[in-house]
Amino acid sequence: MSGGAKAYFKAIHAIVWKDLSAELRSRELLSSMLVFALLVILIFNFALDLDIKIRSTMTAGVLWATFAFAGTLGLNRSLALEKDRGCLDGLLLAPVDRSVIYFGKAISNLVFMLLVEAIVLPVYNFLYNVNLFHWGFLVTLLLGSLGYVIVGTLLASMAVQTRTRDILLPILLFPVIIPVLISALKASNGFLQGLAVADILPWINILIVYDLIFAAISFVAFDYVVEE
Amino acid sequence: MESTPRWLKVLDYITATMFIAAILMVFFYAPTEAVMGAVQRVFYFHVASGWVGMLGFLTTAVAGVVYLKTSCRIWDIVGLAAVEIGIVFVFITIVTGSIWARPVWNTWWTWDPRLTTAAFMELIYAAYIMLRQGIDDPDRRARFGAVYAIIGFVSVPFTFMSARMFRTIHPVVVGINQPGSLGGFDMTPRMLQTFLFSLLMFTFVFADLLWRRIRLGLLADKAAQMKMKRNE
Repeated sequence: MSGGAKAYFKAIHAIVWKDLSAELRSRELLSSMLVFALLVILIFNFALDLDIKIRSTMTAGVLWATFAFAGTLGLNRSLALEKDRGCLDGLLLAPVDRSVIYFGKAISNLVFMLLVEAIVLPVYNFLYNVNLFHWGFLVTLLLGSLGYVIVGTLLASMAVQTRTRDILLPILLFPVIIPVLISALKASNGFLQGLAVADILPWINILIVYDLIFAAISFVAFDYVVEE
Repeated sequence: MESTPRWLKVLDYITATMFIAAILMVFFYAPTEAVMGAVQRVFYFHVASGWVGMLGFLTTAVAGVVYLKTSCRIWDIVGLAAVEIGIVFVFITIVTGSIWARPVWNTWWTWDPRLTTAAFMELIYAAYIMLRQGIDDPDRRARFGAVYAIIGFVSVPFTFMSARMFRTIHPVVVGINQPGSLGGFDMTPRMLQTFLFSLLMFTFVFADLLWRRIRLGLLADKAAQMKMKRNE
């Protein structure tokens, strides 16, 4: 690895580390995401009357809707923190490429998202006795969350700089993220129902292509979003 | 205040004449479709307004890329103008589509990929307008608008693909996309001529509206500058 690339990854690592250690001390973001996610699941329990028959087909939908809603809390919080205390300006002053900041924030958002999922899944498993620990389901979860934070981090960094702030993020994010939600939902459902992998593969392919294309766009566009 | 450019006036007249001609063609030149009857005539303007909607959103995405490259104010005005036209015409497409769908499919709405995509497109560009309204600094508004226009436009094919696969893996109840399915029909030469003329006419409408809306944007800019000068 060349020296430049090494420095690049080191800088990303520093930002991720900063976010994780700040979160470890305050636990504001994770706890609010987590409690919110559990509340959403409880609401779904009554809204959909999750009895044993429909549970098997509804599980993926309930989980993805939960993660999508809880995710906006985390994204808003993570970027609002930077903006409010002037940390973003400080980060921008650092002599690193702007995309480092984007990838750093995206990775820490992904970690938060995965942590919340890692706690919600066993709880869901416990509450509804649906076994969720299937390798394909976990891969889908990773790919879907990745697509979610790739676009979400970019849009959240735009949303926190507007007058309407927090309320704007879901409005900006959901219509753009809908392909991720549809394909992640269908793929998760497929794995949980035990469909053949060949039937599920097209959904996984959409997720991978979406993740790659939007990572590339965000990589280029982030410069214009934080420019002063 | 500067007067309307001569070529814009000419374009107005051409568009208006074509519009009347297209309406006459739709009602009197094109034959009545054998199965669906008179309601099928909505098809000519339905597809044409959908075409204008897509043209509008494409223009915005392209204008967004050019704006980010050049930071030239005019491209932001072009982008906003095209989005406004796109939203209106996709809405017209949805309404005319529902009018057509009601007698033919016996429902106002289905979750067909095209309908789904149209609905999400409207939401994306409504979000675009809301994003712009939340930003006071014109420079930042233009940059954020451009970025969101690009992201939104790139996501549209993904939405279409996933909405289409959503149906094909499931049993298809109302096969709208399959050839020869409910609502499909073969066009006679007269129908084809009417259809192509409607497309051309709507493209002229798009150009005319876009030009006028861009002029309005430029004038609004000028008015804002004058206001600032007076306040100084």
